Amino acid sequence: MRLLHMLIREAFYRRLNSGLEVLAVAIAIASLLGSLTVLRIHDLHTEQMLSVRLAETQARLVELNQAMRKASLKLGFNLLILPEDQNLRDWHTDDYATKYMPEEYVTRLADSGIVTVRHFLPSLRQKLEWPEVKRTIILIGTRGEVPNLHKNPVEPLVQPVPEGTIVLGYELHQSQGIKEGETVRLMGQSFKVHRLHGERGSKDDITAWISLHEAQELLDKGGRINSILALKCMCAVKMEMAKLRESISRILPNTQTIEMGTRAVARAEARLKVKKESIALMKAEKESREQLKAQRERLAALLVPLIVAACAIWIGYLGFVNVKERDVEVGLLRALGYRSGQILFLFLSKSLLIGLAGGVIGSALGFLCGRQLAVVLETGMESSVTGAGAFQPVWLAMALPASVVLTVIAGWIPALLAAQQDPARILKRE
Amino acid sequence: MLEFNNVSRTFRGPEGVVSAVKDASFAVASGELVVVQGASGSGKTTLLLMSGGLLKPSNGNVLIDGQNPYELNPNRRSRLRAQKIGFVFQQFYLIPYLNVRDNILAPAGAANTRDDIKSRAAELIQRFKLEHRAKHMPSQLSTGERQRTALARAILNQPSIILADEPTGNLDEKNAEIVLSYLTASVEEGGAVLLVSHDARTTKYATRVLSMDGGEIVS
Repeated sequence: MRLLHMLIREAFYRRLNSGLEVLAVAIAIASLLGSLTVLRIHDLHTEQMLSVRLAETQARLVELNQAMRKASLKLGFNLLILPEDQNLRDWHTDDYATKYMPEEYVTRLADSGIVTVRHFLPSLRQKLEWPEVKRTIILIGTRGEVPNLHKNPVEPLVQPVPEGTIVLGYELHQSQGIKEGETVRLMGQSFKVHRLHGERGSKDDITAWISLHEAQELLDKGGRINSILALKCMCAVKMEMAKLRESISRILPNTQTIEMGTRAVARAEARLKVKKESIALMKAEKESREQLKAQRERLAALLVPLIVAACAIWIGYLGFVNVKERDVEVGLLRALGYRSGQILFLFLSKSLLIGLAGGVIGSALGFLCGRQLAVVLETGMESSVTGAGAFQPVWLAMALPASVVLTVIAGWIPALLAAQQDPARILKRE
Repeated sequence: MLEFNNVSRTFRGPEGVVSAVKDASFAVASGELVVVQGASGSGKTTLLLMSGGLLKPSNGNVLIDGQNPYELNPNRRSRLRAQKIGFVFQQFYLIPYLNVRDNILAPAGAANTRDDIKSRAAELIQRFKLEHRAKHMPSQLSTGERQRTALARAILNQPSIILADEPTGNLDEKNAEIVLSYLTASVEEGGAVLLVSHDARTTKYATRVLSMDGGEIVS
């Protein structure tokens, strides 16, 4: 008669007690594995969500890149043409050129055909003192745009200033209390206020615009300008900037060309902005998911030990009941010559078998329940997340020893009591 | 086989120290069936438990085949019990979740199991006319069948001595005779039996009768 045979028979004979013990172990292990499954599915779902967001961001960036490329192509780029002997350091410092070039350069460039330019804006500008009000201003003489594409005229970007009128920057008209329609005097000449600009926060706020010819007369620079702004340039042939500069200086001798900003910069800035926003969005989402996970971990850390402890007490109680029910059997076995170690083995082996059975059932139950719970908790989840990949084999390797340890610890004291029972006392009592 | 030399046993109870067995000396030799008779509380069961190495005497010594079981460590004492002693109880004490065959085989787990133990069990099943009940559970057996099963279990390891505590107490005339005749047969085969009972039917099978009263062997 092998002890293993005896304990299996006994476990089936007292199936209610054994079943309740298996159930207790299964609940304890299921709570543990269920929690792990919910957390694992949460991680998988987070990974899935973030990878979808990443793919969306990348697609958005590609789309934006394309859109910006197209937009840049349509927008073209801006060129500033200055006299060749103009010191660029001075120009950047003063914001106006101190050297001059012929006004007819603008029509020559427009007719050249090497560059397709939507708008030309010749100007004569100078920083000077407004003698009537005793303050420094930037005076710009402009004739408005010189459109080039006669075959396809477009709406002008900048309106010309009519002869005899003046346009004033914000700070100028605010400080002098000047209203539209009033007449102001500038360097001895009268100008009717044509328009007042709102605040721009730039040098435009201390700028006055008058017609180019009147500016040439006031500054004694007849037929001269000091810059041509070419807006919305689009090369008729694909041409690199260096070659373009070379071509312009051939058409307009003694000039230099500056590119005002590049498409690449604008595109990169836009892309960077979108990327930053997307990264911030993903970071916020990740943080929110991590917070949610931390909440669930805290809840599991509270509930699982409570459930395991309750189950351990339950298993211990059932163990005591089992020992009580079997005390005559223990007395008999001792009378038949069974050693106390064999009795201990008989009870602990039963605990081990129950632990294994409960562990297997609890693992399966925990995974299935955890998966169902995760489906309820996690919305918008793909079914692939809750598939077999959500189960970690290491959990089983961990759950089975854990369940055995649980039952052996909980059953240890009852088994010890059984092994130490005095057979004479039992048999005499009976 | 079994020797009692000035054996006494006392218990400490709520009313002070009680002597269950007082200065008992006797021997049971091979081929003897000794019946110990006495009223309830006369100390019969205490005597039997001390004989079986389950209850250490307060004084005196008990020898089984010349060996004092109480001088052995618990594991060796258990082994001695498994090899030398067979128990039969009034309540049978069959293990409820084992069938007849497995109940008979139960002592094999305690002793060094011999290779032929299963054939020995089969032989006992046949000898005690339990073939048709071999696979039955104790709850499915009659009272007589239960005691026969218990008797077969007691002699599985071919012990030197059988200790029987009121073996006929729950049996009718016919079954009591069957059990007592088996015990007699065991004695005739060279065994020894110490039977404690207040059942008068047992005395006609006894080779010797001892009477107990108030813990003392009076005759």
